[in-house]
Amino acid sequence: MSDSVPAASQSNRGDDFDRRDAAWYVDRLVHLLVFLGGVSAILFILGIFVFITREGLGYLTASFSPSEFFGSIEWRPTSDTKPTYGILALLTGTAAVSGLAMVVAIPFSLGAAIFIGELSEGKTREILKVLVEMLAAIPSVVWGFIGLSIMNPFIIDAFDVPVGLNVLNAGLILGLMAAPIMTTIAEDALKAVPDHYREAAEAMGATRWQVIFRVVLPTAKNGLVAAVLLGVGRAFGETMAVLMASGHSVNMPTSPFDSVRALTATIAAELGETAHGSEHYRVLFTIGIFLFLITFCINLIADLIVRGIRKK
Amino acid sequence: MVVEVSTSPKINEKLVVRDLSIRFGDKVALRNVNLEVAENEIFGIIGPAGSGKTSFLRAISRMDPFTPNMRIEGEILFDGRDTSKLRNLYAYRRRIGVVFPLPVGLPLSVYQNVAFSPKLRGIRKKSQLDEIVERCLRRAALWDEVKDRLHALGSLLSGGQQQRLTIARALAQDPEILLLDEFSIAVDPVTTMRIEDVLKELREEMTIVLVTNLVQQARRLADRTAFFLTGEMVEVGKTSELFEGQVADKRTQEYIEGRFG
Amino acid sequence: MFEATNRNRWARRNQSLIGALLGFMTFVLILPVLIILGVLVVEGGPAISWEFLFSEPTQGMTAGGVFPALVGTIWLVVVALLASVPLGVAAAIYLSEYASDNWLTRFINLAIINLAGVPSIVHALFGVGAFVLFFNFGTSILAASLTLAVMTLPVVIVATRESLQAVPQAFREACWSMGATRWQTIRKVVLPNSISGILTGVILEVSRTAGETAPIMFTGAAFFLPFLPQGVLDQTMAMSLHLFVISTQVPGVPEHLPYGVALVLIGMVLSMNAISIAFRMYLRGKKKW
Repeated sequence: MSDSVPAASQSNRGDDFDRRDAAWYVDRLVHLLVFLGGVSAILFILGIFVFITREGLGYLTASFSPSEFFGSIEWRPTSDTKPTYGILALLTGTAAVSGLAMVVAIPFSLGAAIFIGELSEGKTREILKVLVEMLAAIPSVVWGFIGLSIMNPFIIDAFDVPVGLNVLNAGLILGLMAAPIMTTIAEDALKAVPDHYREAAEAMGATRWQVIFRVVLPTAKNGLVAAVLLGVGRAFGETMAVLMASGHSVNMPTSPFDSVRALTATIAAELGETAHGSEHYRVLFTIGIFLFLITFCINLIADLIVRGIRKK
Repeated sequence: MVVEVSTSPKINEKLVVRDLSIRFGDKVALRNVNLEVAENEIFGIIGPAGSGKTSFLRAISRMDPFTPNMRIEGEILFDGRDTSKLRNLYAYRRRIGVVFPLPVGLPLSVYQNVAFSPKLRGIRKKSQLDEIVERCLRRAALWDEVKDRLHALGSLLSGGQQQRLTIARALAQDPEILLLDEFSIAVDPVTTMRIEDVLKELREEMTIVLVTNLVQQARRLADRTAFFLTGEMVEVGKTSELFEGQVADKRTQEYIEGRFG
Repeated sequence: MFEATNRNRWARRNQSLIGALLGFMTFVLILPVLIILGVLVVEGGPAISWEFLFSEPTQGMTAGGVFPALVGTIWLVVVALLASVPLGVAAAIYLSEYASDNWLTRFINLAIINLAGVPSIVHALFGVGAFVLFFNFGTSILAASLTLAVMTLPVVIVATRESLQAVPQAFREACWSMGATRWQTIRKVVLPNSISGILTGVILEVSRTAGETAPIMFTGAAFFLPFLPQGVLDQTMAMSLHLFVISTQVPGVPEHLPYGVALVLIGMVLSMNAISIAFRMYLRGKKKW
């Protein structure tokens, strides 16, 4: 009865909203496909952990001793009598090189971020950003080559030391490598400070510098911390450049002119020479697990900090 | 049964809204609205900003699946059918034309803007599309201005032209209901008057729900008008009666007379 | 009054000093790019010739050209893109167009950040464990490229997501209100207006992929192979590993040779990068709404 009129007017329309047409099903299918694409990122991260652990597990469950692994400076994987796998010296090498890198990179990247983000504008700013991007694009092996062929002789001459492949060399290079990401993220954090903060401070008579140091930097603090953390992660995980520029000798460094060896570089240098399934091979994967967990934590913390900013 | 049909206006009701509440997360945008919109009428909705008018239109066009946290309670009946039970909401939306406050010309050619929805309906023939495009652009009073540049980007037309393009696009849907949300907010008065003339003609063919920030626009166009205030419908009645002071709630009178809003 | 002006003058001088210092820091940071490019061009330029690019290394890699490494890098990059571009674009479409803000989305984002942040040598270990051994691709272009693909996936995802999100939401709303499905909206309005931004990201990814060394060392790149790969299950030489090998592993290499290799490698990488940047700037100038 009362439905008859609408029913009649419906019939002259091509589409019926009780029938799922091709477009409806296609959308569902695409949704499923892109969902799988999105989830693949999670699968890959899990996969990295699972497959590295799978290869390293044989050592972890058998002869792994935390006190020797983390506490010994003896890295003698190929010893005939008694191979020892202490990563303390390697860890120290990584820490020394990354530490020096941060000493160089933190002030320079934050300075550059302030200069690019707050003080320069227009064309200058564009050009500076492009140059920072170029810096980020130089491949790690090229950096290593530069450490080897340019920095090495330069350090030998300048400081009158016998070897130029050392903490100083690798630290400077890592600093330059970590700087672009820190500059970019820090500049993003500065940009995220709303303009009306600046305007309000200026309206109260603050100079440009007071605005930057008393308003912008404190507001962007978390973002700047995240930038530094990501830079640390980058330096910590860098492989080829450290391998080529650090001298690659197992050593507890006492000065920047000592050669060292990094965790990452050790894997890169030795994996090719180990027999698949040997203890040495499994130890290298165990170091991989360790590296994975540390960088995972660094990234997680940086992400939580950045998320904290967005919530505010 | 026979008695019911002859006495009640139900047969003409295009849209029936029962106990409609709209929530965005914890926030309630609209509470317990009950109203009917008759076929071929222009139904005006007036009220100050934040009264829930736009949310109401979003609920009618069932945009809730596209809106984060939006939840609809109550019933919206279209031709007597509960829209919460429809299996294909896309097909439902194809029958409802929507015009937004800010004109949105899609970054496609003028032609493709208008041909967008006919293509969604599966119309592929060039001659048929040409006919629809020209007819709808003419009805929206835009044809003369754009007929020589049908392949220019619709998103680069002037604001007034884009709003008429949006109307042409909605007409190309061959809609049964046309929803307009403060269409004149970003266009000049001349364009507004031209669009109002178009709407008066369109009443013959479709049902129009007109949300407006201009009380006088509702007076000029709407057969009946509802007054929304802070998430509630204060009252609904014949436009002529409301504007002659026959109101049930004195807030309506005050709003119409411009004492707040 | 006098004191105030004095302090002002002091403050002003101090301030311009800080400004100069910050400018100097920026300069120091980007100076190495110019120095490195300069040195590589001066030292490596003379080594480069058609013959260098199109002939094989000879005499135990102490002479000859880089042809097999150049071809190998192209193989690695192309196969890696074939895997990562569809996957990355799909993930970005999901995140930008379909996903709601829930815990799963947060997990996906966290995973992407970590894929970008995990050390390259860890990706290499993953490649060995997963592609070389578990999936039994052996050390091959396929295994190496897949490793590279996983590693550079975040580059595609982030670039694609950004260019998708640069399309105003109002366009989507307009399409949806006409009854278009999400996919119809993406195909007809969102993708056509973001495809060039996606392309920019892909070019950037090419640049990243071509320069990577650690992930391919144990998964498919060989120190020396005097012939070209015939398929994805072959091993191959690669420019990046070749530079490592001749500058650290091979004795008696004449000095200009590694400079030449480094110059070709950085030329490939930076030219891709420059194309990507130029493309981005061109797009910014072209308004569609």
